[in-house]
Amino acid sequence: MSALRPDLAIIADHVAAGSRVLDVGCGDGELMDVLRAKSCDARGIEIDPANVSLAVGRGLSVVQGDADTDLVNYPDNAFDYAILSQTLQTARAPDKVLGELMRIGRHAFVSFPNFAYWRVRLSLAWGGRMPVTPALPVSWYETQNIHQLTIDDFRAFVKERGLTVEQAWFLTGARRRGAAAANLRAEHAVFLLRR
Amino acid sequence: MTDDSRFGLARSVTLAGPLLLDGGARLAPVEIAYETYGTLDANRSNAVLICHALTGDQHVASTHPITGKPGWWTRMVGAGKPIDPARHFIVCANVLGSCLGSSGPASADPATNSPFAMRFPVITIRDMVRAQAMLLDHLGIERLSAAVGGSMGGMQVLQWAATYPDRVRSAVVIASAARHSAQNIAFHEVGRQAIMADPKWRGGNYYADGDPPAAGLAVARMAAHITYLSEAGLTEKFGRRLQAREGNKNGAKSFGFDADFQIESYLRHQGISFVDRFDANSYLYITRAMDYFDVAEEHGGLLANAFRGTATRFCLVSFDTDWLYPTAESRAIVHALNAAGAPVSFVELSSPFGHDAFLLDVPELNRVVDGFLRAGESA
Repeated sequence: MSALRPDLAIIADHVAAGSRVLDVGCGDGELMDVLRAKSCDARGIEIDPANVSLAVGRGLSVVQGDADTDLVNYPDNAFDYAILSQTLQTARAPDKVLGELMRIGRHAFVSFPNFAYWRVRLSLAWGGRMPVTPALPVSWYETQNIHQLTIDDFRAFVKERGLTVEQAWFLTGARRRGAAAANLRAEHAVFLLRR
Repeated sequence: MTDDSRFGLARSVTLAGPLLLDGGARLAPVEIAYETYGTLDANRSNAVLICHALTGDQHVASTHPITGKPGWWTRMVGAGKPIDPARHFIVCANVLGSCLGSSGPASADPATNSPFAMRFPVITIRDMVRAQAMLLDHLGIERLSAAVGGSMGGMQVLQWAATYPDRVRSAVVIASAARHSAQNIAFHEVGRQAIMADPKWRGGNYYADGDPPAAGLAVARMAAHITYLSEAGLTEKFGRRLQAREGNKNGAKSFGFDADFQIESYLRHQGISFVDRFDANSYLYITRAMDYFDVAEEHGGLLANAFRGTATRFCLVSFDTDWLYPTAESRAIVHALNAAGAPVSFVELSSPFGHDAFLLDVPELNRVVDGFLRAGESA
């Protein structure tokens, strides 16, 4: 099996074995596959039908659905962890999606690209162009990322919501970064939240 | 167990019953025609029940005795297919009310020794499922590895999971719904009225002289057949093309009421060939059973309650061009299963074939069903 994406590897390492997990935006199920090997009861939601077919074809419980509309159908506290990897910035209403995530799961993992990463700032401030970077590889006219945010935006947002950050990881590519100046130096971030 | 006379093709059993029906009647005895494929393993854990659609039958992967055509689901059932006799013990039974050997309106009423006709009690999807459960008891199968079906077959699978949750490990529901919509009922009523308007129907008593309401049944089939196809599929296959005639392969308008258009000719053929293999009264009874179908109704109007606490795992598939049982119907089931905490997979597949897609060549359907079944077997 190919190596997991760096943010997924962190999540996979920190989900307790045997727990109940909902992976929102699970893609073809690569994280779920790893979690299943850790005896987790993993469920997934994915918007792209080709990805859903691949995931169900490998025996995973995945439903085709949309994070913006379909989370409301899950009961409170149905999962130990709800996971939203690289999906928050694509939601039509990220605040509502995060609210649903914290209702469904006792914990939530959220990973997203950091729009305040120095290369992004440089591209915008000096180049005057919307950034295209490894973490944001798609041009402005076709990107799914309609709600770009920064690490500091996210920190302020969870504080405002009264949520607790249990742990956070900052990365550039696959390399870990310290929390110091993460908003400038980290390309993407993973947060573990609880109510 | 291969020498067990209960197992094999073209089997039939008369069970003493009585079967208590939802309508209040008691049916006894209960005849069930069925087929099995493959071998039941030592701990009886590899049984897969296949539930057929409205006009389907037990010949899921064997030659049809009347039409001589191959089984109706050889794309899904057979060597190297997702449901494989090398791995599974496959059971497919003709549903109650049908006409290929199971108790139905054409069966002899023990009270009079003549066909029931319209004295046959009205049945429900749940009655069909109860009859199948009696068959499984007879075959010595306590728990199914999987129940699988499309369209009305999917309704039976849902009903199985709701009625006998401990007897179904995996449920595959394809191009189906948890209830019949007003539009579904409306189309069925057109079909029933076509049959009953045929003077040859005679209140259902047409068996004695072998002169059934063929014209009415053919019209019913024609109307229904339109609902199984997509508009785009019809346009692609037939468009406005004219039927070829002698001496004119491009056809011509007749300025009369012959089948000028290819689509007319196709539908007429569908209608006429259907009456050779299907009983008009069975068509009335089975469409009625489908119209009465509403799993939520049995559970206080809340579909999730039908599956609360279930250990059954579910896989639902819909097709983007199916307007008879559209994706929204499958999604409603998925939402209910999520609310009930049941393990569920769901995907809407793309196909030009409309509702009929579940019977046709859609490779992704096979991949999804195969992966889902194997995961259930290895767990």
